[in-house]
Amino acid sequence: MSFGPFDVAASKKRCRQIRRRILEMSRNVAALHVGGAFSCTETLDTIYYGLMRRGADGEFQDSFILSKGHAAIALYAILEQLRILDTHDIETYCTPQGRLGAHPDRGLPGIEASTGSLGHGLGMASGMALHDKVFNQDRVTYVVMSDGELQEGSVWEMVLHAPALGLNSLVAFVDYNNLQSLAYTSDTHPNFYPITPKLEAFGWEAVEVDGHDQKAVFDAVTSRSGKAPFFVVCKTIKGKGVSYMENQPVWHFRSPNDEEFQQAMQELAEKD
Amino acid sequence: MRDAFPQVLYEITKIVPKVFYVIADTPPAASMAPFRRDYPERFINVGVSEQSMISLCAGLAMRGCRPFAFAIAPFAAFRPFEHIRVELCYQNLPVVLVGMGAGVTYSILGGTHNAIEDIAVMSALPNMSIIAPCDPEELKSAVWACIRHFGPIYLRLGKAGERNLTADATGPFEFGKIRCIKPGSDVCILGYGPILSMAFDAARQYESANGGAVAIYSAHTLKPLDTAGIKTLLERYRQIVVLEEHSSVKTLGGQVKEIAWDIHSGAGIATCSLKDEFIHLYGSKDDLLRAHGITVEVLLSKLSTGR
Repeated sequence: MSFGPFDVAASKKRCRQIRRRILEMSRNVAALHVGGAFSCTETLDTIYYGLMRRGADGEFQDSFILSKGHAAIALYAILEQLRILDTHDIETYCTPQGRLGAHPDRGLPGIEASTGSLGHGLGMASGMALHDKVFNQDRVTYVVMSDGELQEGSVWEMVLHAPALGLNSLVAFVDYNNLQSLAYTSDTHPNFYPITPKLEAFGWEAVEVDGHDQKAVFDAVTSRSGKAPFFVVCKTIKGKGVSYMENQPVWHFRSPNDEEFQQAMQELAEKD
Repeated sequence: MRDAFPQVLYEITKIVPKVFYVIADTPPAASMAPFRRDYPERFINVGVSEQSMISLCAGLAMRGCRPFAFAIAPFAAFRPFEHIRVELCYQNLPVVLVGMGAGVTYSILGGTHNAIEDIAVMSALPNMSIIAPCDPEELKSAVWACIRHFGPIYLRLGKAGERNLTADATGPFEFGKIRCIKPGSDVCILGYGPILSMAFDAARQYESANGGAVAIYSAHTLKPLDTAGIKTLLERYRQIVVLEEHSSVKTLGGQVKEIAWDIHSGAGIATCSLKDEFIHLYGSKDDLLRAHGITVEVLLSKLSTGR
């Protein structure tokens, strides 16, 4: 499998744009998940601009499921950049005039699965990868989960079974920001950490990387053996990129007020 | 039925592309053997993991496959419920969820293995269709109907040894339509599933004692329900008994009464169903049905009441 060059400097610039766009969208609606969108921004950018291959017709050859559906706002910003969604979609986010809600809905442009309830994406991605294996399709299925999501039992049913099914075209990312809605995941489930040995014990190839280091994420995936399903534990910071949001659980739900918005946009301004 | 199902699925798979047979460690192995032999890569045993059974099927359907998820009824319908709701119904995917041994089929295994509220639960889900065939022949038609339908279906089966009840049916199986499986001009029994064999026993006794003829209809498609067909029955028969191997909550009997109310029907309607109770009795299936008031004698008395 060959990958084109992945320009990290361009990715960093795009990620600042994505975060600014998320903040602009967040001004219009009260309930959303800025913190969890910011923590997986580099991961999503790397998947869409570095890893997912396109066919001759320009369509993506590989598949993507955002299992942590509450980060949809980041996905929408990327799909707008890629002109898969249009500006009107973004401007009508979470309104009756639009079609985008706070969680992805299958059937909309660029959205392969309806998510929002946690613990579904890995299993569905596994079914897709199973099809591709049985019918010899050259396609990778990427899925991004949250670390809180790994508390769902259904995730572990599939973690247990995917290697036995030989789903080697399955690449799962966990956005390990260590925060669920109300608590640190390492406080509620301290014995779960470190994560990668548990995955390896079930037959996955697994690595942990800095999830805000695009090159590390990209290199991890492109250098995988391909002999087992692959898991990337992306160590991240919830609210990454805006100083007052970083590691503050309240930004799982809150939207910034005017003053906070201005400060955040300044912190995310182009620096070069 | 549990043997007829893999047989017909095997025949379908010869013709229809991308059929998958996904089980959750569900017996019996013998009747599945031809499918496993000829399509080993499309026969998946997820083990005791009903949630991932649904998720794998959802992902397969998203790639254009026609998966059948097969488990014992309570573990098909209840254990992975939210996966059914979100992945199959919300996304409206053509996955057939097969619940084997529904009702009180597993009569000595206790409440964990009974499924007496599965139709009520599945009915509540938008996009979900429900089929409960009464015999192995009707099952075969039902599986073909599942292939022709594009959306999630709960296919409710018995287990083994069902009598053939549809040899004298007046017409073929048609998805979404009630089906006359025994003509009759006087009174009517409407029901679904293998328990309709009891309707035949009751009809025989009624006819020998009272004269007249008892019609029996299979309401094999519980959702979408054939409202027009049921209206016709309400107009044609003075007494209708609804027979169900299911609790009395939110199922066919109540819906027939709603339809009757809507059309100001004067027909007598009696229901014969399991109680809204978990069952702690162990014995034969007939023992359990009797404990909940479902016997040939009760059916006879309900056929005879009314105007």
